[in-house]
Amino acid sequence: MVENKLKREIPAKYAEQYGVYDGEFAHIDSYQAATKTIKPIKPNDSKLLGSIHEAIVKTGLKDGMTISFHHHFREGDFVMNMVLDEIAKMGIKNLSIAPSSIANVHAPLIDHIKNGVVTNITSSGLRDKVGAAISSGIMANPVVIRSHGGRARAIASGDIHIDVAFLGAPSSDEYGNINGTKGKATCGSLGYAMVDAKYADQVVAITDSLMPYPNTPISIPQTDVDYVVQVDAIGDPDGIAKGATRFTKNPKELLIAEYAAKVITASSYFKNGFSFQTGSGGAALAVSRFLRQTMIDEDVKASFALGGITNAMVEMQKEGLVDKLIDVQDFDHPSAISLAENADHYEIDANMYASPLSKGAVINQLDIAILSALEVDTDFNVNVITGSDGVLRGASGGHSDTSAACKLSMVIAPVVRGRIPTIVDAVTTVVTPGSSVDVVVTELGIAINPARQDLVDMFKGLKVPQLTIDELKDKAYAITGVPEKIEYGDQTVALIEYRDGSLIDVVKNV
Amino acid sequence: MQTAKTVTVGTMESSDIMITLKPNASGITIDLDSNVKKQFGAHITALMTEVLQKLGINDIAVEAVDKGALDCTIKARTIAAAYRLQGKTDYDWEALNSWNV
Repeated sequence: MVENKLKREIPAKYAEQYGVYDGEFAHIDSYQAATKTIKPIKPNDSKLLGSIHEAIVKTGLKDGMTISFHHHFREGDFVMNMVLDEIAKMGIKNLSIAPSSIANVHAPLIDHIKNGVVTNITSSGLRDKVGAAISSGIMANPVVIRSHGGRARAIASGDIHIDVAFLGAPSSDEYGNINGTKGKATCGSLGYAMVDAKYADQVVAITDSLMPYPNTPISIPQTDVDYVVQVDAIGDPDGIAKGATRFTKNPKELLIAEYAAKVITASSYFKNGFSFQTGSGGAALAVSRFLRQTMIDEDVKASFALGGITNAMVEMQKEGLVDKLIDVQDFDHPSAISLAENADHYEIDANMYASPLSKGAVINQLDIAILSALEVDTDFNVNVITGSDGVLRGASGGHSDTSAACKLSMVIAPVVRGRIPTIVDAVTTVVTPGSSVDVVVTELGIAINPARQDLVDMFKGLKVPQLTIDELKDKAYAITGVPEKIEYGDQTVALIEYRDGSLIDVVKNV
Repeated sequence: MQTAKTVTVGTMESSDIMITLKPNASGITIDLDSNVKKQFGAHITALMTEVLQKLGINDIAVEAVDKGALDCTIKARTIAAAYRLQGKTDYDWEALNSWNV
């Protein structure tokens, strides 16, 4: 065992292979970018194939290769299940899959793991059924959890080498010019898929909306695409927005949002030209609502909003409160429409969004980020990947990226959820180190990271209750009682990479 | 006391607990299904046992489906189940109140 800087124990063989977390910017070094093999297309060649089966044959996919998918369709994705079902039928085994994330809709993956079709996984997240199955130990090799920026880094640096990327394309022409704003199942930005297209040896565009050549705007260009396959449906548009983006009526969430907005607007960052990112949860959306009102009242305008774009941000831009939207992913349909119609709503790839090894990601220019949490501990470490029962059920997302890079990172969470304390002695799993987290906002008040003395001074007059993180934890435990320690097995089921590729934690089987 | 009755109180809503009491020849047995069993299972079982014993029920089979109820809810549901089992409505508020510290 090797203990990393956060005193998390990393099994020796993984510590040797990946290195261990040693501080937010300890492993930011020069490197040679990854390259790919290109099979050139000659003037009379056609890229259009009749089926996914034919595409798998043409790419020469075989045992042991790495394939990737994007998660822009979220809970509405049909592509990963369709492709893996066909691969399984063809008898190909021992594949590594590198989807940008995994949703509940991907539960059929469990059988592909059990049948030996899929033997390695890297992903941002693992949801209910797949997460529970992997936590129970169905895989011999641990899943590698990477943040959105960390995945872009891993692809650009060659840690992940994608042999074939199977990319769901809301619209494509026969020559592989792809965008996410036209077609039957529009998802808006294709920010995560763009990285795969750029670095994969072979790219198969799977579309249900074949357009006349040339299909514009071009998010993924024909020069990155080998084959185009037309299918009946690539995704369910309703599933793309599932789970996101209703304005909450929950008084606890509203109070948290009100406190968060007060912190933002009282900060020195809140001035003309400031920038912000919010997530898609109920409280995060409510923050935008409160923030919007103060921006109107005090005549303050933002230069850009980053994300993870939601309709709340789109509306603020329409009102002239936000100059530009910088968009790696859309959480709802209105955002996808805005990306198509609005020149100041700009699509970027995950490398530009958040990679720690790019020549400067947009998050480095970000002032304020609103982030969620399953748990926060008294060292301000955040868990967004495992439940307090130790089971994998969340997603790393852009949490560790954004919080490390922005000027004011705020984690918003209720003190308790049901009987589960959110503020705890030690998080079940660390995804984001406490040094990246500046302010924790709860319905009982805020806790400022004492490492940010400047913020302690800045918020002295703030009309929001202020507590220490230990006091918040005590209040949580007073309601719920002190939870018993979870008993784990000896098998490592997931490695939690920090954004730089070192291991910040591991997850054992339960 | 011995009784042949079965009673059920509570709901399956989140933050509630549904408790069913059934006759048992000897001792208190508790079958707990809880979404926080790993973190709080032993505590919840001990709490229900304590409440039942205080109300003079020492031979009973308990089936509980917990959806993350807090201690106050678990106590209240257990007391209600015990009183209903015994057919009592003369709640001894003073005694019950004295348990809350």
